[in-house]
Amino acid sequence: MSQTIVPANTTPKPAKPWAASSKDRIELALQFIAAIAISYLIVAVTAMKGKLAYVTIFFLAFIVIDFAVNYIRRGAPAAKDALFRGFVTGAVFVAVTPIVSILLTVVVRGYKGIHPNIFFKDMHSTTLNDAVTQGGLLHAVIGTVLMVAFAMAISVPIGILTAIYLTEIKGRFARPIKFLVQAMSGVPSIVAGLFILAAIVYPFTKNYNGIEGSLALAILMIPTVARTSEEVLLLIPGDLREAGVALGGTQWRTVMMVVVPAAKSGLITAMILGVARIAGETAPLVLLTGGGDTTNYNMFKGPMGSLPYYIWKGFNNGTDQSVTRAWAGIFVLLVMVLVLFGAARYLGNRKVGK
Amino acid sequence: MSATQVMPPASPNSSEIPAKRTLTTKPRFSDKVFRGVVTGGGLSSLIILGLILGYLLYQGYSTLHSEGFKFITGSDWHAVIDDNGVFDPKNSHFGLAAMLIGTLVIATIAVCIGVPISVGAAIYLTFYAPNSIKKFMVALIDLMAAFPSILFGLWGFFVLESSGEYWARLLHKYLGFIPFFKMEVPYYSRSPFIAGLVLAIMIIPIVTSISREIFSQTPLDRIQAAYALGATRWAMIRAVAFPYARSGVIGGAMLGLGRAMGETVAVYTVLNIVYQVNWHVLISAGGNVASMILQKFGEASPAEVKALMAAGLILFIVTLIINSLADLIVARAGKSGR
Repeated sequence: MSQTIVPANTTPKPAKPWAASSKDRIELALQFIAAIAISYLIVAVTAMKGKLAYVTIFFLAFIVIDFAVNYIRRGAPAAKDALFRGFVTGAVFVAVTPIVSILLTVVVRGYKGIHPNIFFKDMHSTTLNDAVTQGGLLHAVIGTVLMVAFAMAISVPIGILTAIYLTEIKGRFARPIKFLVQAMSGVPSIVAGLFILAAIVYPFTKNYNGIEGSLALAILMIPTVARTSEEVLLLIPGDLREAGVALGGTQWRTVMMVVVPAAKSGLITAMILGVARIAGETAPLVLLTGGGDTTNYNMFKGPMGSLPYYIWKGFNNGTDQSVTRAWAGIFVLLVMVLVLFGAARYLGNRKVGK
Repeated sequence: MSATQVMPPASPNSSEIPAKRTLTTKPRFSDKVFRGVVTGGGLSSLIILGLILGYLLYQGYSTLHSEGFKFITGSDWHAVIDDNGVFDPKNSHFGLAAMLIGTLVIATIAVCIGVPISVGAAIYLTFYAPNSIKKFMVALIDLMAAFPSILFGLWGFFVLESSGEYWARLLHKYLGFIPFFKMEVPYYSRSPFIAGLVLAIMIIPIVTSISREIFSQTPLDRIQAAYALGATRWAMIRAVAFPYARSGVIGGAMLGLGRAMGETVAVYTVLNIVYQVNWHVLISAGGNVASMILQKFGEASPAEVKALMAAGLILFIVTLIINSLADLIVARAGKSGR
């Protein structure tokens, strides 16, 4: 009906006052050039040298120029806005640079140590200093998978139960338990190792095996799973719970058939974060597993190798070959973590059954 | 309304009115079992923490008893073994102060560098980034949370070391008048400063993802109200997002602090671990409690292992206190923020 009021041929062209005009673009280019010039100038004059100096000074100079330009043209609020935008943009670059650098380093240094043998042989007849093409890390992969799986089997149920207690039951102990879980997340990995040492190795078993490492990992994993699950469950709207109860569900059915399915993707994420927390955990494994060089499927008997321990050993040995082995180990560990991570993301992103 | 339509089919002797359904708040049997199981799971953290405290105290008691308060205030660590290969308690001294200071120094550096970067990144990702960039960056940072700590250690040792030295040199040149940055011999590698840098990078993903989650929950109506009043984006963030997210961000930062204090392997790899009190963060010597335990454990005599257990106990208690303090701050900040 309103179409009849405005004749078609006089419809104004849609204006985008926020879009950058060509004048703005030229100004931006000028700012870039000025910032680059300043960075060259300062590097020439002061003791700051190298690529890092150029990047840093360029960034700072750009922010300052942006601030000044905005101050002159649009006043103080706009200038502050520009300053803050500059800061957060810089922060995200600083946050992402190490990731890219780490990934590149691992690929570049790790692939030298990768060869087909690596997944079919262990180190029982090879020393760290032998040529990289001999031996492999089969024992380490098997050890890590077994230990992480066992740790998951213990800590995922406990973690999720804790989260359900905190969000659904909210019993008498809810506050203290929330407090303790928070405290538990601060338990350093080495302390978990020492604890298993004090509680299990010295009084009972007197020797090192995989299960001990696995228990230490489980201790580290519980708070991560519990906290993340709790956060996820808190985000589930109360309406859903009320609807469940209103339909005649007991609390047990409401939680299991309404709340948990609604939070499924988040709970999977919690699990993954837990596994990510422990997959590369080195300190307790160094204390507890004995780090054997032979493939060992028995978690209850004999030293058990693991990827972190393998990397640790290679790095500390310090020769070219052993450090290359360590990087190859990291490469494999990282690929494992990435695959897991991708799978979790895929599962987590899938729509939950309605 | 005829009764035959509403009533259910009459059963043989349905002349009396059926008894009223009893309403009760008493949980059913299934609910009781459910609550029992869940409460048991919830209490497990209490049990585990209690066991850790108990066992470490039990193993470390003899050291704590013989050293007394000097275990925390002293800074000598000598396990003396006499000629017969027997532990000599008279001449042995265990004092943890040097490493406690080291722990504090390194973790503080990590938080001071890591938290502003993380919070800035979280704000960019929540309020500034276009959707495509945001998705990519979030995935990347989440991915970094999955990196194992030994990877950070090796990367720090082989790659970050040189840039770390570079910054250390600059700090020394321009800020050398501050006592922390003083140094006598210009040898900058493997210092607590570089260890702090590595830890700062390690805590970025956690602090970022927590802050981002909190910022993204900022109520949209308030954001739009701020814009409608003519706020710039910065003004909106300061007036709406910061007060809303403060407690959560502090919580994230504290989590980062806790992780930085307990980090073992990355510090061990990067830092030149020397048992001495070192406030000067650029000097190539230092350590933290966790890495010291790992370093000494390999060739420790049974008596020294007991001392290490006591050190672990102290580390455990310190991290517990930090986390409790964090909890209190978060609780208070949460009240003022909303």
